[in-house]
Amino acid sequence: MTNEAPRLQKSPSAHTQADFVQIIDVVKKFGDAMAVDHLNLSIRKNEFFALLGSSGCGKSTLLRLMAGLEAPDSGRILVDGQDITALPTYQRPVNMMFQSYALFPHMSVEDNAAYGLRREGVAKAEVRERVAAALDLVQMGRYAKRKPHQLSGGQQQRVALARSLVKRPKLLLLDEPMSALDKKIRQQTQFELGNILYSVGVTCIMVTHDQEEAMTMADRLAVMNEGRILQVGTPDEVYEAPTCRFAAEFIGSTNLFEGVLADDESPLFDCKDLQAPLRVHNPMNARRGHKVQLSLRPERIALAHAPATQDCNWAVGTVEQYAYMGSYTLFYVRLPSGRLMEVDVSRTAVRAMERAPDYGHTVYLSWGADQLVVLEK
Amino acid sequence: MSAATALRRPWRARLSRWLPSGRTMVIAAPFVFLLVFFMVPFAAVLKISFSDVKMAVPPYTAIAELHDGVLRIVLNFEHYGDVLANPLYIGAYLDSLKVAALTTLLCLLIGYPACYLIARADPRRRNLLMMAVMLPFWTSYLIRVYAWIGLLKNQGLINSFLLWAHIIDEPLKLYHNYTGLMIGMVYNYLPYLMLPLYAQLVKMDLTLLEAAGNLGARPWQAFVTITLPLSRRAIISSSLLVFIPAVGEYVIPEILGGSDSVMVARVMWDDFFNAGDWPAASAATGCMVLLLLLPMAWFQRLQRRELEAR
Repeated sequence: MTNEAPRLQKSPSAHTQADFVQIIDVVKKFGDAMAVDHLNLSIRKNEFFALLGSSGCGKSTLLRLMAGLEAPDSGRILVDGQDITALPTYQRPVNMMFQSYALFPHMSVEDNAAYGLRREGVAKAEVRERVAAALDLVQMGRYAKRKPHQLSGGQQQRVALARSLVKRPKLLLLDEPMSALDKKIRQQTQFELGNILYSVGVTCIMVTHDQEEAMTMADRLAVMNEGRILQVGTPDEVYEAPTCRFAAEFIGSTNLFEGVLADDESPLFDCKDLQAPLRVHNPMNARRGHKVQLSLRPERIALAHAPATQDCNWAVGTVEQYAYMGSYTLFYVRLPSGRLMEVDVSRTAVRAMERAPDYGHTVYLSWGADQLVVLEK
Repeated sequence: MSAATALRRPWRARLSRWLPSGRTMVIAAPFVFLLVFFMVPFAAVLKISFSDVKMAVPPYTAIAELHDGVLRIVLNFEHYGDVLANPLYIGAYLDSLKVAALTTLLCLLIGYPACYLIARADPRRRNLLMMAVMLPFWTSYLIRVYAWIGLLKNQGLINSFLLWAHIIDEPLKLYHNYTGLMIGMVYNYLPYLMLPLYAQLVKMDLTLLEAAGNLGARPWQAFVTITLPLSRRAIISSSLLVFIPAVGEYVIPEILGGSDSVMVARVMWDDFFNAGDWPAASAATGCMVLLLLLPMAWFQRLQRRELEAR
C-alpha cells in the first residue's frame, strides 16, 4: 500500500530547494516576554528539521506561528515561495500533529482522518480512498471504526499522523511527537515515524526538548534558547563542533574550560583549572590574551593509571564518583585545582586496564588537540 | 500484633458483616432521604388519587377498610378518566408543555452563546461572570418574581423609559399575559441551564478546535463539527433540568402570567384548595409524573446508547 501513500504535491517554483520554508525576521511577544526574537531560518524541501531547546525557549511558539495558530508581531513566513503570514490556519498548506494528538473523541479513527478532506470538499469516493491509504500507511487500517479512547498511545499517535498527512501538506509540523509515549516504545517509534515520513517525502519540522530524539530523527537541527536560534546544523556538526556554550551543554554533556591564548604563534591556551596548557587544533579567530570557552566531550578523554607522555592536554586527579552505565563507565575526577571533570570510559577500555579505577585512585587524563572545540560565544 | 488488637479484630469483623460498608452508606444516604421525603409523600398522593371525594376531614375516602374482619380495598380509577377527559386539564397540560418547551428553547438560545463566551473568556474573569449568573440566587425567589411586576407593569420601569424616550406612544402590555409569563420563566430558569452547560464547555479541550482549524475548518465549521457534538449531552441534560420543573411551575404564571395561559399547577391548586377535590388533583399529579417520565426515560436511553457505543 505504500505506493498509494499520500505524496507531497510537487509544484514547480522558481525559488531554490534550500529555501522551501523561510522564516524572515519573525518576532512574537507575549506581553513583555519575547517568545520569538527576530528569528531567521531556512528549511530545505523534504528535509526533516528539528527545533531543539528546553521548555520556554520559544520553539513551540515558532511552530504555532508556522501553523497559523498564533500571529507574529512582525516578520514573514514563506512556504514554497508563498507568503502565508497573513493566511488563517484553515487556509495554510501546513498541517500539524499536536503534542496531545488532539484526536476528536466523538469521531471514529476514519472520521478523524477524513476530517481535513471533508472540509476541503473532496469527493466522497476520493476521501474514502485517501483515508484508507493514509491509515494503511500508518498500519491503522484495521482500527478504522474504533474511537480514539479505544487505542493505545502509540496507535493514537499514528492516527494523528495519518490525519495530518492525508491532506498532503507542503509542510508537516510535529509538536513533541514522542512526549506522550512511554519511554520504552519511544525509541522504536522514533524510527517508525521517521521511516513513514521519509517514505512519504514531506518537509517536516519537529519540536522537541529531547536531544536524542532530535538526533535520531532529524536531518538538521536548530538549537534554540530565549527565542533565538543559536546553532543550525546536522546532528554530528552540532555535536562535534558546537559554536556556543548553550549548544555544547544542551546536546550531550561536556567539560567546559575557560582558556586564554598564550601567544599568537602557537595555539596554546592557558587554563587556571589545569596544570598543563591546552593545545587546540583549530583556535578559530582567538587572539593573544582573549578569554575563550573550550568544550571537551567526556568520551573523548583517555583515562590511565600512568602519567601521560605529552606535555599538554593532560590532567591528573582522583576518582571521586563513578557509575556503571552499561556500555560505558562514567567517572567524576577531581583535579588539584578543585575542578571536577566528567570522563566516559568505554567498557572495552575499562576491561583493557590491569585494574579497574576505583574511588580515590589517582588517574591521569589525556586528550587529543582535535577534541577541543573553541566556542564562539 | 498485640493481644488486645488480636481480640478486637474478630469482634469488629463480626459486626461489619452485618453493617453495610461505609461506601454503601455514603451512596445510600441521598436515596434514603429521597425515599422518606419524596417517595413516601408521593405514595400518599397516589393513594388519594384512587380514593373518592368525601365531605369530611380529610376530604377523601380510605381505599382500604376493615369490614367485619375483612379487608376491603377499593381502587377508584375514575378520577384518572375524569382528568384525561377534562378539557380544562388537557388544555392545562398542553399549555404547560408549550410554556416549558418555549422556556427551554429561549434559555438555550440565550444561555448557550453566553456559556460559550464565558468558557472562552480570561480564566480570571470566568468565575466572576459565572458568579454574576448565580447572583439572583442570593435573593428570595418570590421577591425576585414580584420585583418583575415593578419592571413590567404599565407604569413600570420598562414602559416608563420607552414612553420617555418616545419609542412607544402607549404602554406595552408586558404583565399578566403570556409575554410576562415567558419573561419571568426564562429569567428564572436561565441559571439552571447555564451551570451544567458551562461546566461542560469550560472543560472542553481547546486544542481540538485548533486541530480542526488546522485541518481546514473555519471557526463556524469547527463549532458545528466539534463543539456542538461534544456538548450535546450537556445541552440535553441542562434542558431537562429546565423543562421538567418548568412544566409544574406555579408561582411565575400565578404572579406574572395572565388568563391566556392556564398551567397545570394552577388547575391542581384550584382543585385542592378551592374545589376541595383532592382525589382529582392527585390523579392530575399522577398523570403529570407519567408525562414527565417520558423525556427522562428518553434521556436515560440516549445516555445508555452512548455508553454502549463507546
